[in-house]
Amino acid sequence: MTEVMIDTGNYIAAKAAVMCKPDVVAAYPITPQTTLVEGIAKYLATGEYKGEYICVESEHSAMAACIGASATGVRTFTGTSSHGLLLMHEMLHWAALARLPVIMCNINRVVGPGWNIWADENDSISQRDTGWIQFYCSSNQEIFDTIIQSFKLGEHEKISLPVMISYNAFILSHTSMPVFVPNQKDVDAFLPNRAPKWKLDPDNPITFGNIILPAEYEKVRLDMQKSHEYAKKLILEISKEWKQRFGRYHGDLLEFYKCDGADYILLSMGAIGAESKAAIDNLRKEGLKFGLARVRCFRPFPKEEILKLSKKADLIVIDRNISPGMEGALFTEVKASLYDNTDAKVCGFIAGLGGKDVPFGDIEKMCKKVINGKARHIEWFGLEGV
Amino acid sequence: MVEIKTADELNKKFLREGMWPTIFCNGCGHGVVLEYTFWALEELGLDMDKVIFASGIGCSSRLPGYINADGLHTTHGRAIAFATGIKAANPDFHVIIFTGDGDCAGIGGNHFIHAARRNIDMTVIMINNFIYGMTGGQLAPTAPLGSIATTAPYGNIEHPFDISNLACALGANYVARWGVSHPYQPIKSIKEGLEKRGFSLLEFLAPCPTAYGRRNKLGDIKKHWAWYDDNTILIEDYEKIMKYGTEEEKAQVKDKIQLGVFQDIQKPGFFESYEKLVDRLREKETKAKEGKK
Ligand SMILES: Cc1ncc(C[n+]2csc(CCOP(=O)(O)OP(=O)(O)O)c2C)c(N)n1
Ligand code: SF4
Ligand SMILES: [Mg+2]
Repeated sequence: MTEVMIDTGNYIAAKAAVMCKPDVVAAYPITPQTTLVEGIAKYLATGEYKGEYICVESEHSAMAACIGASATGVRTFTGTSSHGLLLMHEMLHWAALARLPVIMCNINRVVGPGWNIWADENDSISQRDTGWIQFYCSSNQEIFDTIIQSFKLGEHEKISLPVMISYNAFILSHTSMPVFVPNQKDVDAFLPNRAPKWKLDPDNPITFGNIILPAEYEKVRLDMQKSHEYAKKLILEISKEWKQRFGRYHGDLLEFYKCDGADYILLSMGAIGAESKAAIDNLRKEGLKFGLARVRCFRPFPKEEILKLSKKADLIVIDRNISPGMEGALFTEVKASLYDNTDAKVCGFIAGLGGKDVPFGDIEKMCKKVINGKARHIEWFGLEGV
Repeated sequence: MVEIKTADELNKKFLREGMWPTIFCNGCGHGVVLEYTFWALEELGLDMDKVIFASGIGCSSRLPGYINADGLHTTHGRAIAFATGIKAANPDFHVIIFTGDGDCAGIGGNHFIHAARRNIDMTVIMINNFIYGMTGGQLAPTAPLGSIATTAPYGNIEHPFDISNLACALGANYVARWGVSHPYQPIKSIKEGLEKRGFSLLEFLAPCPTAYGRRNKLGDIKKHWAWYDDNTILIEDYEKIMKYGTEEEKAQVKDKIQLGVFQDIQKPGFFESYEKLVDRLREKETKAKEGKK
């Protein structure tokens, strides 16, 4: 029986993680992640979570502990945010290259200095090239569903990669929303046990992380790339299966909203992605033909689908991150997806850095500026004359 | 020369008014440590243009932000590494680090042990409240056995880290531990630490009513502060009782936390040794050149 749970993004994430029965959770506290791992600790106290829970002395150790556990073939989960994620950086590469499907929530928070605990996506965007699969969620229900889907995806034998599920600080992590929670039996039926092809096993000794020569190393990288390509198909299948079993669908790599007949398609992620829907509704009411393609999966990147969109509409991108010296990361990736294959115009906005609110009204303003032909190629919303 | 007589005057001189009010809860001990530090600076008459503060992350690490002086609020656990760089570039500056038990003894422990071992010239003021205050009360590595924390809901079973003891073992030049309810010895101690070349550690036991006191049922703020008087003892008294006391007296004090100056030695500081090394090599090089001529 499905029940409705009204709770914050973090407690919802804790519930989802526990329903996947990870054998090991290792974590270190950081605002705004703390209540996520405290939530798991509570389930440990009530007996609902039966795995091992390790309190470590830093995020670097948290990820190292998850890697060690995962190498023995068990299921692992952790959560972090901002500087915690940055401190993990070395271990993120390690987990991905060792092909260990550690599943982790990252609560998107500003990177210092200029200490600030609010929403900003630069923390996870700067981990783009570590080899992790990256999802960005825009509601507590999506957080719940994506965590369970991620275990299935990351642990799949053709993937064997870690997955990061990101959601915005406070806007989701500390905001309560109603969420449908399926019963445990149905989750168990959806999510098979982890069955790794190789693991640390006294009966069949292997060594992880051995020395490897250039020619072989290159193959390792190619294999990782192929798994990311395959993940594009698998994410589609998993989302479909989820819909069939549980009746909910948040899109696969992208979520399309009112894109039919749209002249302009907005691309955004995370909480701005949710706010964008309200903006699209209002613009449509005014007769303006806007649609939304919310980027749910940033790695692997849905470049083929974005190219298809550009054949029908011009694109507008909002980034809650900045790659200094270039532009918003999503903007760059969107344009790279179109290279030489389309006539679509693309405009980019940087908005909501440092946790600045980006309400739907502001998104409408950005869109209107584009229709009026007044938008520059790239601009900082609210700072550069919008 | 001490010109300042009252706390108000002291605050006016050293506090950065624009940052007022502080983030600290009622009954937090951090502000007192700041006040002690101000008195020590004032009494030593240090040129504040030659004093730099550094800190990591935590409530305790917020202190440099409230001081009208240069400060570097760095990342969690790494203040000592940043401070080493500050000192290397400015050997005649005083570098003071504010840090917490989590910041210094937990995530940043490695920097601490190596700075103490190398006797790097700096004054580390570690405020030990037995808890990660800022993140809402996770167990710190210094928490006494049995302490309740969000990550130790049934009582701590991990043996606490005695950070002063560790610093002594590493050969730090100056090591002292104090509380926040008796101003005179700690102020004197901070002065000694600041004047010392090499590594100084000042550990302060300070109450955190919000994240530690409440959970550990230490009573209201007044009672919580009194806990520190009831559960600490001066090193000299402790040693006297352990030597000459009755069994009953010994049993009474054996679990108390000792306060006082644990170590006060004169090993050369790292930069002193480094300068000597450079001089020696330069001299050798000059001699070799002269030899060639
Ligand atoms: C890399 C990283 N991990 C985690 C945090 C979150 N964090 C902020 S303060 C803190 C604990 C501080 O404890 P302590 O040093 O004892 O300071 P107190 O607040 O008790 O004074 C933690 C874990 C962070 N800022 N950076
Ligand atoms: S949480 Fe504790 S350490 Fe932090 S300001 Fe409050 S009393 Fe002080
Ligand atoms: Mg502390």
